[in-house]
Amino acid sequence: MKVTTISRRPAAMPGAGLAVWLCALAFAFFALPALAQEAPDALVKRVSQEVLQIIKADPKVQAGDQARIREVIETKLLPYFDFERMTALATGRGWRSATPEQKTRLTAEFKTLLVRTYSGALNQYRDQTIDYKSLRADPGATEVTVRTEVVRSGQAPVQIDYGMEKTPSGWKAYDVVVGGISLVTNYRDEFNSQIQRGGIDGLIKTLAAKNAGGASK
Amino acid sequence: MTVPRWFPRSLAALGIAALLAGCAATPMRADDPFEPMNRASYKVHEVVDGHFVKPIAQVYVDYTPRIVQKAISNFFGNIDDAISAINDFLQGKPDKGGNDLGRVLLNTGFGVGGLIDIASEAGIPKGNEDFGQTLGVWGLPQGPYLFIPVFGPTTVRDGTGWLIRYSIGPVGYIPDVPVRNTLYGLGGLDMRASLLPADKLVEEGALDPYAFIRRAYLQHRLYLLYDGKPPPEKDDEK
Repeated sequence: MKVTTISRRPAAMPGAGLAVWLCALAFAFFALPALAQEAPDALVKRVSQEVLQIIKADPKVQAGDQARIREVIETKLLPYFDFERMTALATGRGWRSATPEQKTRLTAEFKTLLVRTYSGALNQYRDQTIDYKSLRADPGATEVTVRTEVVRSGQAPVQIDYGMEKTPSGWKAYDVVVGGISLVTNYRDEFNSQIQRGGIDGLIKTLAAKNAGGASK
Repeated sequence: MTVPRWFPRSLAALGIAALLAGCAATPMRADDPFEPMNRASYKVHEVVDGHFVKPIAQVYVDYTPRIVQKAISNFFGNIDDAISAINDFLQGKPDKGGNDLGRVLLNTGFGVGGLIDIASEAGIPKGNEDFGQTLGVWGLPQGPYLFIPVFGPTTVRDGTGWLIRYSIGPVGYIPDVPVRNTLYGLGGLDMRASLLPADKLVEEGALDPYAFIRRAYLQHRLYLLYDGKPPPEKDDEK
């Protein structure tokens, strides 16, 4: 169970790992999903394989067709994420004081941000294999961590863990952790400082502006 | 927030603008006590990197044949493997050390001096130990977070690790100056190129790129230090 590549050259920097996992983050985020009665580990395996298959075979995805990539994400991946829980995790303490209406708006903006950010990197993932670790959890557990390892030639394997919860509509992911970096809680510092500055509404406004500004890129 | 008495004057000058700007809003963090100065460094980095380093790396990626890039990457990766092996042994992990050493011998001997990573093809996974992690395993605390222009994010402990790494070479010991500088340049280029996809994520996904990179860096280093099993984060969701 070893992990990422980070060290490098004499004169260069220690942020090398940054590349590897921030990218892997993108892949992990989308390599997700599940079926209703499916076990969480089986679900992660099925959905990630399905999506990898599409990435490898679909000419439109390979050509970087954003509309097609978005379609794949929305139909194949998003159904298996619990965005409200993800938003609550990213927000931390501030979530408690938010009104239901604020929670809905915040969740919508955060979802847009995550999807847009990580969809751009989706078609970079081709030449890799995923090693699925056996699930160690109680049969009755309602929250589990599904562990995988992505192996790419010439780079240290990257560990990708999915935090999964049992919901009435099947297992869903509420966190993806790539090389120790949580896709969700990585936002916590930024969210906290926004909330301190302008409250939940300020955070929603900032996210909306970010989403609107980056949409044209 | 007051400037500590021992704070060097030149650094104070560098950070003063950011101090003035940053004090009002940003509470001091235990892991980033020099945040105002670091943020000033980050601004400098954005300018230097955005105007010089990053464009050069992009040209390198766009116009160098893939196979050449791969060979260059493998060459430096082979040196990293040797460094990883040394650190495995220093941390008392002989199994992993043997693994990394095997990679070096295989790739150096049969992979054209490290240009081809045949060890990976043979299914021997790459290691990732470094001196920063070894110092951590030995009990040295992480120390303050630092952002250094062009070099990027680090901590006092990791930065110390890099100084050790740098002093070991091997590139630094090549007597021919043009060859040595070319290798340094290529190494830096290869590393910067490998970060390009991550740039895009930070650009598109971060509300505050400085904070985003800081958290990601520290989390990832913790994960490496604990060999993929970091202690669970305190969860203040509820």
